[in-house]
Amino acid sequence: MATTVKIDPLTRIEGHMKIEATVDGGEVKDARCAGTLFRGFEIVLKGRDPRDAQRITQRVCGVCPTVHGTAATLNLDSAFGIANKVPDNGRIMRNLILGANYLQSHILHFYHLTALDYVDVTSVADYSGDDPELNSVKDFITRGELAPFAPRYEGDYRFDKVTNQQLVKHYLMALDMRRIAHEMLTLFGGKMPHNAAVVPGGVTEQPTVDKITGFLWRLNRIRHFIDGIYIPDVIKVAKTYPDYFQIGDGPGNFLCYGVFDLDGRSSDYAKRDRLFNQGAVKGLSKLEALDPGKITESVKHSWYEDDDPRRPLEQVTKPAAHKKEGYSWIRSPRYGGEVYEVGPLARWVVSYLSGNKKVKETLEGCISDLGIKIDDLNSVLGRHAARALDTKVVADTMAEWLLELKPGEPVCAAYEIPEESEGMGLVDGPRGALGHWIRIRDRRIDKYQLVVPTTWNGGPKDEKGQYGPMEQALLGTKVQDPANPFELVRIARSFDPCLACSVHTLNFRGEKIASLRVV
Amino acid sequence: MSAKVYEIPAVYIAGAACSGCTVSLINTINPSVQNLLVDPVIPGKHISLRFHATIMAGQGEPVMKVLRDTAKEKPGEFVLIIDGGIPTGENGLFCTLGEIGGKEVTMMEMSADLAEKCLAVLAVGTCASYGGIPSGEPNPTQVKPVSDFLKGQGIDKPVVNIPGCPPHPDWIVGTIADILLNGLPTPDKLDEVLRPKAFFGQLIHDNCPRRAYFDAGQFARHTSEPGCLYEIGCKGPYTYADCPTRHWNNGVSWCVGAGAQCIGCVEPDFHDMLAPMFQKIGEPDLDRFKIKTR
Repeated sequence: MATTVKIDPLTRIEGHMKIEATVDGGEVKDARCAGTLFRGFEIVLKGRDPRDAQRITQRVCGVCPTVHGTAATLNLDSAFGIANKVPDNGRIMRNLILGANYLQSHILHFYHLTALDYVDVTSVADYSGDDPELNSVKDFITRGELAPFAPRYEGDYRFDKVTNQQLVKHYLMALDMRRIAHEMLTLFGGKMPHNAAVVPGGVTEQPTVDKITGFLWRLNRIRHFIDGIYIPDVIKVAKTYPDYFQIGDGPGNFLCYGVFDLDGRSSDYAKRDRLFNQGAVKGLSKLEALDPGKITESVKHSWYEDDDPRRPLEQVTKPAAHKKEGYSWIRSPRYGGEVYEVGPLARWVVSYLSGNKKVKETLEGCISDLGIKIDDLNSVLGRHAARALDTKVVADTMAEWLLELKPGEPVCAAYEIPEESEGMGLVDGPRGALGHWIRIRDRRIDKYQLVVPTTWNGGPKDEKGQYGPMEQALLGTKVQDPANPFELVRIARSFDPCLACSVHTLNFRGEKIASLRVV
Repeated sequence: MSAKVYEIPAVYIAGAACSGCTVSLINTINPSVQNLLVDPVIPGKHISLRFHATIMAGQGEPVMKVLRDTAKEKPGEFVLIIDGGIPTGENGLFCTLGEIGGKEVTMMEMSADLAEKCLAVLAVGTCASYGGIPSGEPNPTQVKPVSDFLKGQGIDKPVVNIPGCPPHPDWIVGTIADILLNGLPTPDKLDEVLRPKAFFGQLIHDNCPRRAYFDAGQFARHTSEPGCLYEIGCKGPYTYADCPTRHWNNGVSWCVGAGAQCIGCVEPDFHDMLAPMFQKIGEPDLDRFKIKTR
C-alpha cells in the first residue's frame, strides 16, 4: 500500500522547506518539494535606486549573501556599461571576497548541515580521552538535555565509536574554520554576513600589505583543514556509506554560469575567462556553450495562470492560487526547455568536460582514490565530493590571487546611472547558477528578476511533466524505514538547498492568494 | 562538573528571515558556539536550545512536537527567540514552520502561541525588531515586527529587540548573558525602541574615525576615497550602534572601515526611510524618522 512520507520542516538547510514522497513497495513513486516562506524581494526592489540592489539582494540569504552581492554588481556593471572597466584590484578582491564565502558555505554545509545524518553525536558519552572540547560535550550528554541534537532519526549510523568521536571533534573545529573564513572576508568586505565593500565598478576597500598578509595566514589555516581534515572526512563518509554513490541521481544534465573572473576585459559574462567554466552538459557527456537566451521559467505546476515559458525579464505574474495542477510557488527554470541540475557537481562536470586543467587533474585523482566511475558522481556522495573539491581548488587559487593585488592602484571604476538600460549578472554561487536581471527606467529599478540555484534544483514539474532535479533524485529511491527515512533527507541535503534564495516560494495551500501580485 | 547546572529552555523560530542572524550568531568567539550549545554559558546556567531549524539534528513532525511540548511543559520558563518578521498577509500563509497532525502551522500562529506561554521574547535582527527588508514598501506579505504583532494579538510579554542586519554576535550573546546574570532588563536599560542601550546607546557618527573629516568639512565624493562619507549617503549620523568601536568578525573591520557607507541597518527606519542607501538624505525627511537624532 502506498504511504505518504512528509518531512516538514526539512531542517539543517537554509530556510523553510517541505518534502513529500509517496512510497509504495518500499520505493518512492512520486515526490514533491516546496518552500514555505515567501517574501517578495522583487516587488520590494521596484522603484528603488538601482545601486541599492547590491545591498538588498544580499539580504535574500544570510548563508550565501556574497554571491547575490556579486551577481547584483555584475548585473549593475553591465547595466551601467562598465562591465569591462572594473580594475584588476577590484576584480581580484571581489574574487577573494566571494571565495572566502565559498569556503565558509561549503564547510558549514558538510559539517553543520549534513554530518548529523551520518555521525552519531551520542557516541561521545563513552569518550575516555583528554580532549577538553569532547569532554565538555560528554558532560553535556551526561546532564541529559540533548537538545538540539535530539530528537533525530534513529538507526543508520555506521561509524565505529572512535570515528564518531573524531568526527564530532571535527564538527567543532569546523565551527572555527567557517568563522575564520568570515573574518578573512571581512578584512576586505567590512563585515559578514552582508558585506559592505562590493559595489558597482569594483570594491570600496584598498588592498594593503597588512590585510593581504592577515588574509593569507587565515587562508593557510583553512587550507590545512581542507587538506588534512575536510577531504579525508568526505572520503570516510564515502567509504562507510558507499551505497550513496548509487542513491540520489538527478537529471544528469548540468548547467554552470562559471565563476571567479580571471580577466575583466570581456563584457560578456557567458564568455569571459573564469576559474570554473560556463556551459551546459547533457547526459553527463555533451558539452554546449552557455546561451543565456535559453533560460526560461515555467509555471505549469506553480500557482500562476498558465503561460508559455518566459525569459526572466519577460515574466508576467498572474497568481492562480486554486489552479488544480499547482503545488508550489517555486517556478520551474528550464534551459532549452529541459531540466538541469546546478551546484558544485554541475560546476565540476562542466569544467571537466571543458578541459579545465586544474579541475581535470583534481577530479581524476579523486575518482581513482575513491575507486568509482565518473557516472557515480551523479549521486548524493558525488555532490559532497564535488563540494569538497570545489573548496580545495578555490582555497588554493585564492592564495595565488592574493599575491596579484597591487596596493595603491585603483579598486573601483567611475560610472553614471543611465536614464534607461538593461543588465544581466550571471555567476555560479556555492549552490550553483545564479542570475540577476535588471531593467532601469528613469534611473530607477523598473524590473528586477532573480533566478536562483534552489529554484533550478527545487522547482516543481513543468508543462511537459518533467520533475525538478531534487524530485528526480528522490524518485525511485528505496526507503528502508519510512519512520526514519534517512535516504530522503540525505538526498535533499546533498543539494544544499537554500530556500530563502528561491524567493518565489510559498506553501502547498495558498488559498486566497489570488489578489496578490507576485513578481 | 559537580555544581548543579540549571537548564534554561529556549526555542528559536524564524519567520520572514534570511538566516543571516543565525550565521552571525555562530560567528561568536567568546563564548564560542560550542560554549553556547553545550556549556553553562554563565556558571550554573545552561541554555537548552530545544528548537533551531538550521542547527538541530531532527526534522519533520517530531521537531514540531518539541515546540508544542516546550510550551506545555515549561510555561513561563522558556525564552522565545524570534528571527525574521511575522508575515500577517493572507492570514499568515506566506510562512509556515512545519506540520503538526498533518496541518501546517503558520509563523503567525506559532509565534502567538509560544509568546503567550514564554517567559520573554528576544527579537533578533532588524526584521524581527522592526520589519526590515521584507517589510519594505509595498510590504508584499504584510510583515509585522514582533512587538507590533504581539500588541495586536493582545499578548503582553516583555520584548527585547536586538536589531542589526545582521546583529553583531556580541549584541545577541551579551543580551542573553545579561538576562542570565541580572534577569530581564529593566526599562532604563532599553531605549525607546526596546534596544539595549549597552550596545545601541551611541551614535555611529560620534565615534566614527572619519568624524574629524566631517568637522573639517572634508567629504569623499566616491567610496574608496578618504574623507567623510556623509555626502555620498553614509547614515552614521542617524544610526545608534557601537560598530565603530566594537568592529565586526573578531574585530577585523566594519562597513565604514572598509570605505563603505553605513546603511543604518539597526534602525527602525531601515530601509525605506534610509534609502537610497548611497544618497544623502534631504533635511525635510529627517522629521519623519521614528528616532530623533540628537
